[in-house]
Amino acid sequence: MSQFALEITDLKKTYDSDVVALKGINLSVKEGDFFALLGPNGAGKSSTIGIIASLVTKSAGKVKIFDIDTDENFAEAKRLLGVVSQEINFNNFEKVIDIVTTQAGFYGIPLKDSKLKTEITLKRLGLWEKRNEQARTLSGGFKRRLMIAKALIHEPKLLILDEPTAGVDIELRREMWEFLKEINAQGTTIILTTHYLEEAEQLCKNIAIIDHGELIENTSMKDLLSRLDVQGFLLDIDRSLDQPPSIPNFQITLEDPTTLNVAIKKDQSINHLFDQLSALGINVSSMRNESNRLEEMFIEMVKKNLT
Amino acid sequence: MKRRNEILVSLITLIRKEIKRFLRIWVQTLVPPAVTMSLYFVIFGSLIGPRIGTMDGLDYIQFMIPGLIMMSVITNSYANVVSSFYSVKFQKSIEELLVSPMPNWAILVGFIMGGVSRGVLIGCIVFCVSLFFYPSFTIVNPLLTISVLFLTAILFSLMGFINAIFADSFDDISIIPTFVLTPLIYLGGVFYSINILPDLWRNISMANPMLYVVNTFREGMLGVSDVSIPFALSMIIFFIAGLTSACLFLLHRGVGTRQ
Repeated sequence: MSQFALEITDLKKTYDSDVVALKGINLSVKEGDFFALLGPNGAGKSSTIGIIASLVTKSAGKVKIFDIDTDENFAEAKRLLGVVSQEINFNNFEKVIDIVTTQAGFYGIPLKDSKLKTEITLKRLGLWEKRNEQARTLSGGFKRRLMIAKALIHEPKLLILDEPTAGVDIELRREMWEFLKEINAQGTTIILTTHYLEEAEQLCKNIAIIDHGELIENTSMKDLLSRLDVQGFLLDIDRSLDQPPSIPNFQITLEDPTTLNVAIKKDQSINHLFDQLSALGINVSSMRNESNRLEEMFIEMVKKNLT
Repeated sequence: MKRRNEILVSLITLIRKEIKRFLRIWVQTLVPPAVTMSLYFVIFGSLIGPRIGTMDGLDYIQFMIPGLIMMSVITNSYANVVSSFYSVKFQKSIEELLVSPMPNWAILVGFIMGGVSRGVLIGCIVFCVSLFFYPSFTIVNPLLTISVLFLTAILFSLMGFINAIFADSFDDISIIPTFVLTPLIYLGGVFYSINILPDLWRNISMANPMLYVVNTFREGMLGVSDVSIPFALSMIIFFIAGLTSACLFLLHRGVGTRQ
């Protein structure tokens, strides 16, 4: 068995409207990885996922799932794959329990076994109490959970989630993160696309960025973040200031009278900044990132690719 | 063996889902044909029928029964598949099938069996209704009757499937039943024998495929027909084979289902 859960070679997609969505992508995701696939809208993320899941027909290239070529044995490859699509894709008028049991049946799981698996999966995702409700009556968050339940019912080794937390409140999002971390720890390889870059930073070990149908980055999260030259920090201070303090080599602005915005270069010491502030009689009570670090990097990369 | 069992389970799951779908909305799917056909039997059979007299040597109501059963089977098997398959496309729940390891042929068979089940069930309901109006009705050739019943349901389920594949809106799934199927059925010998028509209209009627379906079924039920039965059966089987191939080709190419 290959050490890769997914291998994509020279994947191309041109739609009937002559829109070129993928220009020849090469990508490998290791077994057990928690992998982020990022990119702006229309970059080619959903096309890539669609091709892997057979919802989109590829124009050229190869896709292998756990070493199984999808051109040669797609049925076997599909058995190892679970997909959570971006849009709701179940019959809203069916009961929750029926939706999941039927999905299990489509994977060839006999009714008796599928009922048991459905119960376990729905309980795991906090949906068991709602099993007899029509799907249309569920809140947005529960509908997302139902999508995940459907994708997990056949116990896939590779789970692909296309923006799973879009439109989900922060509490539920955090719960889903914990759940995804848990199934990843149990051995399921996870590929995630998201617009919440904080999500990718929190969850993923490795990352690829697609833009205009091309892969512009494919590396570890740690490596990517280490490339940030400048990071912005917000420092809450214990007294009000009219103007920002002047400290050589540090660019400081005032967010408000009690908050400083400081840009710190990679080679600068944060201790030196604190010493200098202390010398000026300014004590820092708390400190936080100005914005998501990955977001800064992402915007920078996409801009570069555009030029 | 394992793969074969998996396919069988997935096929049974889809068939069960399709049958549950039309049974769940039985007021919309099973009751209307029974009510409509009762009205046909009352008006054309019991009230106007005796004034018409006989058709091909049979009581008019007796002559009408096979035609009305066929009309119900055709419209319901077509309607079931076209609405069900278009709905799964519209709601995107077709993705549930496409991401699964189910082969295309099993997806096709699942939907067709749903249409056939509804068509045959409606056919039986209409036959039972007809017995209220003509209790002495006996079937001349049960084997031919049942064969044509199933073949017709399969044929029009396949047509409904192709309609749904190409449909982009709910309008697209009602155009063909309203403007093509219904006129052809009404002009296909449900209410009359083409032998009463002038030669020109008789010859034109021979080009109507519904005529062969209705008359083959009438041959099975009553032993009378305006067309050659071996020819009609051959054509039905030929079209089933052709449409099945077309459906499988379209599914393989992802027309209307994959981007």
